[in-house]
Amino acid sequence: MSSTTSNIKFNRRDFLRTSSLAGGGLLIGFNLFTACKPNAKPPVDLADLNYKDFNAFIKIAKNGAVTIFSPNPEIGQGVKTSMPMIIAEELDVAWDNVYVQQGDLDTENYTRQVAGGSQSIRFGWDALRQTGATAKQMLLNAAAAKWGVDVNELSVSEGIISNKAGETLGYGDVVEEAALLEVPGEVTLKDPKDYKIIGTDRKNVDIDKITTGKPLFGIDYKTEGMVYASVLRPPAFGQELESYDASDAKAVPGVIDVIEIGDKAKKLLAGEKVNWTAQLSPSAKVVVIAENTWAAMEGKKAVKAQWKFASPPESTEFHDKKLTELLDGKEFTTLRKDGDVQKAFAQADKVIERTYESPFLPHNCMEPMNFFAHVTDEKIHLVGPVQTPEDAANTVAELLGRDVADIHLEMTRMGGGFGRRLYGDFVYEAAEIADTLRKPVKMVSSREDDMTTGVYRPAIKYRIKAAIKNGELTGYYLKEAAINGNMYGLIPNFFPAGAVENYQVDVAKYDSNITTGAWRAPYTNFLAYAEQSFFDELAEEMGADKVQLRLDLLEKVKGTTDERIQYSPERMQGVIKKVVEKSGWGKQPEGTYQGFVAYYCHNTHVAEVADVQLENGVPVVKKVTCVVDCGIVVNPLGALNQIEGGIIDGIGHSMYGNYAFKEGMPEAKNYDRYRLIRMKEAPKVETYFMENELSPTGLGEPTLPPAGGAVANAIKAATGKRVYKQPFIQYDEIWKVAEKPVLG
Amino acid sequence: MPSYHLKINGESHAVEACENTPLLWVLRDHLDMVGTKFGCGIAQCGACTVHLDGNAVRSCSLPVSAVGEKSITTIEGLSKDGSHPVQVAWKEIDVPQCGYCQAGQIMTASAFLAKNPDPSEEEIKNAMHGNICRCATYNRIQKAVALAAKKMA
Repeated sequence: MSSTTSNIKFNRRDFLRTSSLAGGGLLIGFNLFTACKPNAKPPVDLADLNYKDFNAFIKIAKNGAVTIFSPNPEIGQGVKTSMPMIIAEELDVAWDNVYVQQGDLDTENYTRQVAGGSQSIRFGWDALRQTGATAKQMLLNAAAAKWGVDVNELSVSEGIISNKAGETLGYGDVVEEAALLEVPGEVTLKDPKDYKIIGTDRKNVDIDKITTGKPLFGIDYKTEGMVYASVLRPPAFGQELESYDASDAKAVPGVIDVIEIGDKAKKLLAGEKVNWTAQLSPSAKVVVIAENTWAAMEGKKAVKAQWKFASPPESTEFHDKKLTELLDGKEFTTLRKDGDVQKAFAQADKVIERTYESPFLPHNCMEPMNFFAHVTDEKIHLVGPVQTPEDAANTVAELLGRDVADIHLEMTRMGGGFGRRLYGDFVYEAAEIADTLRKPVKMVSSREDDMTTGVYRPAIKYRIKAAIKNGELTGYYLKEAAINGNMYGLIPNFFPAGAVENYQVDVAKYDSNITTGAWRAPYTNFLAYAEQSFFDELAEEMGADKVQLRLDLLEKVKGTTDERIQYSPERMQGVIKKVVEKSGWGKQPEGTYQGFVAYYCHNTHVAEVADVQLENGVPVVKKVTCVVDCGIVVNPLGALNQIEGGIIDGIGHSMYGNYAFKEGMPEAKNYDRYRLIRMKEAPKVETYFMENELSPTGLGEPTLPPAGGAVANAIKAATGKRVYKQPFIQYDEIWKVAEKPVLG
Repeated sequence: MPSYHLKINGESHAVEACENTPLLWVLRDHLDMVGTKFGCGIAQCGACTVHLDGNAVRSCSLPVSAVGEKSITTIEGLSKDGSHPVQVAWKEIDVPQCGYCQAGQIMTASAFLAKNPDPSEEEIKNAMHGNICRCATYNRIQKAVALAAKKMA
């Protein structure tokens, strides 16, 4: 029986193509995201495997072994495991017989591969299932033909096809015949009740390599004759290179040469042909080329450079003032407006207004930015960790004035992404260096380079104002002021949109010379804390129960005809009720103080309760109970890891993350002055899933944004003090004993 | 350039390197042993942890000239086939997300358990506090260290 939970329709003939491999076996090419060219054919030789028309492939060998070439960049979110699991489920093979390989790109024909963020599973769900099911159907058709029986008489389990007479054929026995068959027009997808792989715990496919230290990451890549590059970039935002003296640098043992780059980037910027992910710096840069990474970094320290300000330097104090001016000012864009909030405020019994503030945040991927490049007249070879390989290749082609077909880009496993590797500046630098040198070169950033020349989560302030009349919430107004802007179109349709008659969201921005961009759970990573803190206070001011206030507001959204509303009130109520039950909300033991939040983002509904206890009078987060509705959970083992990580990451940055600027220069350059959450500060996370058969949604991000709110609300419960600014650690009155970062 | 004879994972390696070159870069660039990771370069994150005569040290801040006769163990040499109880526990618990910091976590944990085979939860947390995991797999790291201790008992 078929049980498709999606209404997305694919033209199967456009996204699936099969061929028999020269070396034997069946190769199925498919495209996860878009239809491929109608006449595209997958290669008959694995050496010709390319992603020009298909971005993923399944190979079934004559011995029945299945290889899934996974196209999506792996940044720790687990798609290299979970996406092949979905194919294997519908293909009906034993997971132990599946070998997953990171899709490698073809030298001549590179085009599209996509990093999907929290969207990989959501967008891939239908295509992955249909691909597996289509391959299975072809193998069944081939077996039916071989036996001369009706295909409906056959059954299959773990790659073994059986007929009524009790005879069996392995997939490998019919793979040659199957490859010659037409791709079936329609296939039946499994009923979720019959799943054997989806919904079961499967380990990270790279676990053996990770635990034994095999080369996996971009920074591990090396070729014969490769040299190392360290790039000296402007120390302050707004600066450009004026002049430099490299004589001391050239005397550092191991240093081969010192060169200058940036000219090509400057021309490209002037031509405005740069895509949104570029983040090119207009300044020239000094590059030290050396025999090893250490020598390159030491050489860079010895370069004497003079810098000049091309645009005025900015400071945190200045940003603070600007953002407050924007909140008070009349220049803004309205993203959503229902009813008349001003009228609601004028007629209210009570008006509450609060302001929440956050600093910039660096990404701090544990693997610093790096990339390998080798440029010759014939081709450009690029290897490394980037979340947007297609944009990177296109921009490199533009930068060097080359054809994108000359570019071969190989993706490596990434030592974290968090949004930083959406921006390919480090790829272009490596390519420009390699173009100058004409030798294989690996550019490696130091931690200081990585942290101080980042693409930061912008500093933001929110002002939220509510009108209360006759004990009801009658008006809700939110204004964002952000460095370079933050929120975009869909976010104002999140809760409480639809639940309040008079509702308005405005945004204002200040254009800064400090580079900003997406940071894990962009747009909501700070917004959720602000709104969830506000709702806590709103309930207090209204004399309402904190949970009931949300449930009642959600009730009003049920049956809405407003198609802009992004969240489901039913699913949100579901996670809220379950977290109340599982966390023992309201029944906590003496000395435990709880903070409650419920949030929707990245298509997933989440409710969290943080448990805080006072130790020596200081609040300590002991536990977070989390309920998640992400539809079908493809790989619970991987999903739990994402949820735990998201919550602890969210708490860590709310508690400690602080990136300040003075005279355009970041004040913290390394972990001695930038605090990340560590083992002893990490609470225990207890997770529960809503059980349903709805299509799966993303998990890499949704638990992060509200976690800071849960902690802020619990801190209030424990200490009576409300935190309005991140990081929370700056509130000396709460952390009476001034806590210093515990160093390793 | 001075030359050094290093005892790494039971084998002797001759390298030529400047005396102030951190052991980390000798391992990674001179000897192609890239399992030991570069994280911060100032001994704050633990990604570069190796054993020096059985003690966990930060190889990013240990000059090659200071190693002397001491024997070095890296993630590549912790076991021949990933069978060290800490590696097995890491696999059973499925600890990693991105995986970059995990070699350092495993080296810290294995040196700690060699000295304290029956640690309390508090002792595990203290021992692992110096290693940053940016993906925040801390719950699982703690569980895996406890499981490894059980396996070693």
